[in-house]
Amino acid sequence: MVIFDMSVHLVKHTPGVIGVLDLQGGVHEHLEHLERLGIPYARVKQPEDFADLAGLIIPGGESTCLARLLEIFELKEVVLQHYLRGMKIWGTCAGAILLADKVVDDKPCLGLIDMEIERNSFGSQLDSFQSEAIIKAVSTEPIPLTFIRAPKILRVGKDVNVLLRIDDYIAAAESDGIVVTVFHPELTGCLALHRYFALKCGLSPAAENPSDVNRGWENVSWMKLARIAS
Amino acid sequence: MDAKRYELNVQLAQMLKGGVIMDVTNVEQAKIAEEAGAVAVMALERVPSDIRKDGGVARMSDPGMIAEIKKAVSIPVMAKARIGHFVEAQLLEALRIDYIDESEVLTPADEECHIDKTKFSIPFVCGARNLGEALRRIAEGAAMIRTKGEAGTGNVVEAVRHMRTMNREIRQLAQMPVEEVTGFAKTNGLPYELALKVKELGRLPVVNFAAGGLATPADAALMMQLGCDGVFVGSGIRRWDWARPCRAWKSGRFRRSRFWQSGDGNL
Repeated sequence: MVIFDMSVHLVKHTPGVIGVLDLQGGVHEHLEHLERLGIPYARVKQPEDFADLAGLIIPGGESTCLARLLEIFELKEVVLQHYLRGMKIWGTCAGAILLADKVVDDKPCLGLIDMEIERNSFGSQLDSFQSEAIIKAVSTEPIPLTFIRAPKILRVGKDVNVLLRIDDYIAAAESDGIVVTVFHPELTGCLALHRYFALKCGLSPAAENPSDVNRGWENVSWMKLARIAS
Repeated sequence: MDAKRYELNVQLAQMLKGGVIMDVTNVEQAKIAEEAGAVAVMALERVPSDIRKDGGVARMSDPGMIAEIKKAVSIPVMAKARIGHFVEAQLLEALRIDYIDESEVLTPADEECHIDKTKFSIPFVCGARNLGEALRRIAEGAAMIRTKGEAGTGNVVEAVRHMRTMNREIRQLAQMPVEEVTGFAKTNGLPYELALKVKELGRLPVVNFAAGGLATPADAALMMQLGCDGVFVGSGIRRWDWARPCRAWKSGRFRRSRFWQSGDGNL
């Protein structure tokens, strides 16, 4: 373990890297999925980490904490600036809340997609659930969906395309530069949404194969990227 | 709880990684904690430092207070049940909070048995001083582990001891040939199947937070660099001034620095 080697943060990314915002939440889980897809990945934390990123994933976590940290680290402007440069952004769960331009009973954070979202819309952890659905734009196979104290997208603007609607709410949507999902594909064995996002970023992930929906996949797979200090 | 529910409960803990969980005793403190960026709050009637001072029997908090806090914040709400007191756990589950801490900070209700956490749908976090305790709690259904530390003292030494012990035992396990695992598991009181899992993963199979005596942001960062996934803070901090460290967290001096990173942060 090299804690004080700051050169790690100075490495320039070549175009074609997808970054995962490494402030709080399910970071390793996304990295593990990108690794399985053969996509170059990086944790991003400092302003210089964003240089040349083709895409950025804002992971699940607590949206109030992530919003606070984006402000403290002065990263909000950096994200906006790189979004304007053409970096695509995908927000899962808390990430989707940060990207929305309207949040029920709260201020928006990045406000990059025209939609209204309600935080923690299902109830407590006892109301968290797993399900599955076909998302036509993404895959012809049913995709496993994991909702953890999830938000609901209540409505989207006219330039936003609904990817998945369930009952009275929207669970996934996209605009030109943004993808949002209120569920957690990184907590399932399925790579389909990571593949979809990589393609949207102009990258070429490993060829599609049956392990895209690998039911034998273990939720602990992220842990090889999160071993104890030695 | 069935396997799916357990997986969801472990996954909620995953979403708390890299975060700070704060002890709060009323709605006002809960709101301050949420605004300061806490990923969850632990609703308590008395913080551990007061429990230590006052003595007597420490029990589950007043359900009315817990319900008020739950209403006031959108982040997850945790509350403590006494070790082995499964009816307190049933009450907390009925309150529909997000996590139960089966906690040694309260007076134990059962000196032999912990709660059979597999009977519940709600997730549990349990304290551990070493790998054996951690894996036995997981075998009983805990979805998250934290170090016991020494709550209410403002002294981080026990939390460090517990984390170092766990890490040492995990490293030993990871390096030994598989035929030695049986003996190691027997000596250290590890459930065998879980010991094999830890050996394969090189870490605990659930999220592991630091708790018990963390008083400053530097203490929290110390535990993160020792390999914890996140931290509980509260009563140790309140011992000197609840607002001051909250301001320190808010200013983000430490969070912005290179000191705040998990042990694996640079791998």
